[in-house]
Amino acid sequence: MPTRIQKQARQDTMLLNMGPSHPAMHGTIRVMLELDGERIVNSEVEVGYLHRGFEKTCEHRTYFNLLPYTDRLNYVSPLINNLGYVMTLEKLIGVEVPERAQYIRVLMSELSRISDHLTCLAAMAMECGAFTAFLYKMKAREFLWDVIEQTTGARMTTSYIRIGGVRADLHPGFDAVLKKAIDETRLVLKDVHGLLDKNKIFLNRTRDVGVISREDAVAFGWTGPCLRSTGISYDVRKAHPYLVYDQLKWEVPLGDRGDNFDRYLVRMKEMEQSLRIIEQAAFRIPKSSPAFVAAGMSPSQAIKESRLQRVRKAIALSPNLEGSEETRYPDILASDKSFVVPPKEETYTTIEGLINHFKFFMRGHGLRPPKGEVYFAVEGGNGELGFYIVSDGTDRPYRLHLRAPCFHIVSALEQLIRGRYVADVIPTFGSMNMIGGELDR
Amino acid sequence: MEEKTIVERLREEFPAGVRESWTSLGDDVVIIDKGMLLPIATFLRDSPGEFRMLLDLTCVDYPGQEPRFEMVYHFFSLSRNRRLRIKTQISESDLRLASLTALWKNADWLEREVYDLFGVHFDGHPDLRRLFMYDGFEGHPLRKDYPLRRRQPLIRLKE
Amino acid sequence: MTGLKKKRPPAGQFMTTQFNSLLGWARKYSLFHYPFVTACCGMEYMSAACAHFDIDRFGAGWTRFSPRQSDMLLVVGTITHKEAPVLRTVYEQMTEPKWVIAFGTCAVSGGIYDNYAVVQGIDQIIPVDVYIPGCPPRPETVLDGLLKLQEKIQHQDQDWRWKKKRS
Repeated sequence: MPTRIQKQARQDTMLLNMGPSHPAMHGTIRVMLELDGERIVNSEVEVGYLHRGFEKTCEHRTYFNLLPYTDRLNYVSPLINNLGYVMTLEKLIGVEVPERAQYIRVLMSELSRISDHLTCLAAMAMECGAFTAFLYKMKAREFLWDVIEQTTGARMTTSYIRIGGVRADLHPGFDAVLKKAIDETRLVLKDVHGLLDKNKIFLNRTRDVGVISREDAVAFGWTGPCLRSTGISYDVRKAHPYLVYDQLKWEVPLGDRGDNFDRYLVRMKEMEQSLRIIEQAAFRIPKSSPAFVAAGMSPSQAIKESRLQRVRKAIALSPNLEGSEETRYPDILASDKSFVVPPKEETYTTIEGLINHFKFFMRGHGLRPPKGEVYFAVEGGNGELGFYIVSDGTDRPYRLHLRAPCFHIVSALEQLIRGRYVADVIPTFGSMNMIGGELDR
Repeated sequence: MEEKTIVERLREEFPAGVRESWTSLGDDVVIIDKGMLLPIATFLRDSPGEFRMLLDLTCVDYPGQEPRFEMVYHFFSLSRNRRLRIKTQISESDLRLASLTALWKNADWLEREVYDLFGVHFDGHPDLRRLFMYDGFEGHPLRKDYPLRRRQPLIRLKE
Repeated sequence: MTGLKKKRPPAGQFMTTQFNSLLGWARKYSLFHYPFVTACCGMEYMSAACAHFDIDRFGAGWTRFSPRQSDMLLVVGTITHKEAPVLRTVYEQMTEPKWVIAFGTCAVSGGIYDNYAVVQGIDQIIPVDVYIPGCPPRPETVLDGLLKLQEKIQHQDQDWRWKKKRS
């Protein structure tokens, strides 16, 4: 069936399809261009090639179960999506998160944000031909992912931020690993600034290309670094502070022209600010509870003994559960028992713990927020990442809607590339940071 | 002098249009009459309240209820740093609503998404067609009566 | 490389089987892959292709973004029903010999998305040689899958006899 551009195209122009399988590694989006020579007369953007039915699937999963789905939305900054969803739910329920958990959430969020910007700019630079910048940034990203992996257990899709807090506490060597990652990232950022900031080729391809005015940016609903590149200072972390962002000192970098180069520069500067936030958070984080004594009986032994008597001795949990022992719980998870998974020591040895554990995961029981609706937004890598949840009192959301920041940004692509050359599509599209999982849900 | 809240100003300006309003969990919510959507949206954008940004628009399906669908709009004012949620209800028999594309440019794709997933028609939309699903897909997936696993493959699949 | 039984080389004389092995060796160490990247696994693909977990040391470093110039289709990420015709077209445009790796559980079996929009495994569309599970798979898993594909290539009939029967 002919698309709109095929129906409307003039006779003397050529239609070029930049198809869904795109070498620009942004996933899947189709841009059809109507060309007069090299100039783009008109274009049509077709999305939906990664529509995975997130919103409908979530209506069939419990609130706890759908956490992994949120990881896969903006997959370059998965912890921020986790955070957005969890904080929306916490706003609806009214849960108080311990301070150490808040600092850990801020740390993880900012690490995710840096890896988001690194990936975006790496892809953008690579498509303009700057392959070295891509490799350097991937190297820095590996160090950050090392930190995330050692804390959460997974490199990318972590499901680490849970309702009421986080899944596990930071491991003992965290500070050293974090320092190394920060130092390496700073070196890489310095190198990339040197490679690209005054690079004539990069400037020619990105300066005054893809320009958007402030009024248009607001009319399109742009948020995040793309909006800040036009000069409007709106950052959800400053405007509606959440977690401990209001206690930390950092700035919001702004651009002035709203072109591709400003979007690149704003993201680079935001990474510096994120590194500042991470350093401050790592310094100010409240001390954890006294260290857990590792020696103890194995869980199977504890279960056997608990059948005869109340077990009072320590239990050595499996290494996978490191950081989520019972003594850590006041640091990392809220004290309200109905919304957090009970600690394993209780589950293995007491009948109440076992019942709580079952009821938490059983269908129809478990996490049941009060009836109502809520909207909450966090600052995602692309802008205001909002979750709108309608709850009907059962253990599944009645409706879960995601306000995807890059949806609004990409909807402006047709306007931004009109009248430009084909080659301008690449840096424009790259600077928008389209993430298919978020755009198409 | 206490500044009037946006909800109070809306009630003053459109006494017939505003049905209910409340504030819960820090969010202002206003339920309006569906015919008044365009005038109220224009007022919100151009008035001194300056809700210049349309953050989101979506739809919720309540199959047992009449009217069945509830459209939810989130507006944001950069100058006042306030969000506002506007809801309006439309019934299945008259699934039409005014389009906001003349006021906000991102309403284009947002309304196409709602049309694709729920089937709501927007009068005045320049190009209302499916956004996520492909041509030839029948039905509107996010409605509650569309089964989760009903697939409509485009090409013949093996096995 | 455990788990893969060594297939008997195709029947023939000593020289032809040696030539077969030579061709297999050449093909397995010069794979030009086409990364059909859709979703989150693309991030792990980028990690596997970059400096830390280099796939270039296994010969598969050249990314060719044209199906005509590549011989390995790396389907990375979720394939939806809307994308399925595109995948089929790209696969059919590739010239023989070609191999397909399903990277990530969404490509293997639809992953965590069992709904109206997602194809439950790309083997419903195209034949697959190696399945790499993981959501997303670690780069080491990707390299392991690549090595398994290389072993498969080494031991398969290289189909170089031009007088073969057309079936």
